[in-house]
Amino acid sequence: MNPTDLVDHAQLRDDVPDFRPGDTVKVHVRVVEGSRERIQVFQGAVVRRQGSGARETFSVRKVSFGVGVERTFPVHSPIISRIELVSEGDVRRAKLYYLRDRVGKAAKIKERRAVR
Amino acid sequence: MPRDGETHRMATKAIVGEKVGMTQVFDEEHRVVPVTVVKVAPLRVVQVKTPAREGYTALQVTYGVRRPGTLTKAEAGHFARAGVEPGRRVVELRLDDTSGYTVGQEIDAGILAPGERVDVTGVSKGKGFAGGMKRHNFGGQGAAHGNHKKHRAPGSIGACATPARVFKGTRMAGRMGAERVTTLNLEVIEADAERQLVLVRGAVPGPRGSLVLLREAVKGGPRKAAAPQGAAR
Repeated sequence: MNPTDLVDHAQLRDDVPDFRPGDTVKVHVRVVEGSRERIQVFQGAVVRRQGSGARETFSVRKVSFGVGVERTFPVHSPIISRIELVSEGDVRRAKLYYLRDRVGKAAKIKERRAVR
Repeated sequence: MPRDGETHRMATKAIVGEKVGMTQVFDEEHRVVPVTVVKVAPLRVVQVKTPAREGYTALQVTYGVRRPGTLTKAEAGHFARAGVEPGRRVVELRLDDTSGYTVGQEIDAGILAPGERVDVTGVSKGKGFAGGMKRHNFGGQGAAHGNHKKHRAPGSIGACATPARVFKGTRMAGRMGAERVTTLNLEVIEADAERQLVLVRGAVPGPRGSLVLLREAVKGGPRKAAAPQGAAR
């Protein structure tokens, strides 16, 4: 246990699904426009998950109109209304930075079929 | 410097705690706020110092518990006279006014409130014998152009036959850190007397586990706005 866990504990969300790099997720992000708040979905592959406790973050990569977009979220951030696990990927490393150099079919992640 | 009849403004409230470490919290606008966690155990007032007796105003406080066997007779007598249970350390808090305090009174994190500004004093991490680049932010020397084993050297430290010496105070390598450092105007994010925690925005001097002193900020903040402008001049 870390000494700062006392503070971190209250920050942690308990509705985070078990996901890891390679998985495809839908991140439902709260977007505030003026006084209105709406939900925006960011769907893509998890390319990294790092840190622990309240400081843990993950990055999601998607290709939007031919441009690669990566967005990093704190796992326990209140701007995330929901994280939805779409599919599990079969990858051999923890940081999928190699996807940045690949396009099209080469950038595809094999789906994990086996039950975890 | 204060003029005759004036005194330095100290603080109306102060408290000591132990640095636990840093983490982050989310504010109401869902932004990440970096915070230092300070554990503030309830303080017990051992002595109230007054201008009449000691010549200045301060509170002598202690916190935590200490085995009586480890006390010297002088310390034991001091605590016994105050009727206060011996604590781990004795710390003096200089305050503007100590009239509201009595010996034996407990002070906890509740005296601070979120949004307040505090100055945090601690002893910085010791860096040992450090070179000019680390200690004084010197630029160092080039990596290339034939430079040989002088990449982090300080360069010239003075002229030649005039003055034929190195001026005092010339910045050079030497012991760095492990000195008393005060960080001004840190915002209190949370003060929880029940959990004995204070969260302060940003970094605080010193290693984890070290003693830090939290005082009401001397600069800025709402108190400055309340003081009449130009009256101090």
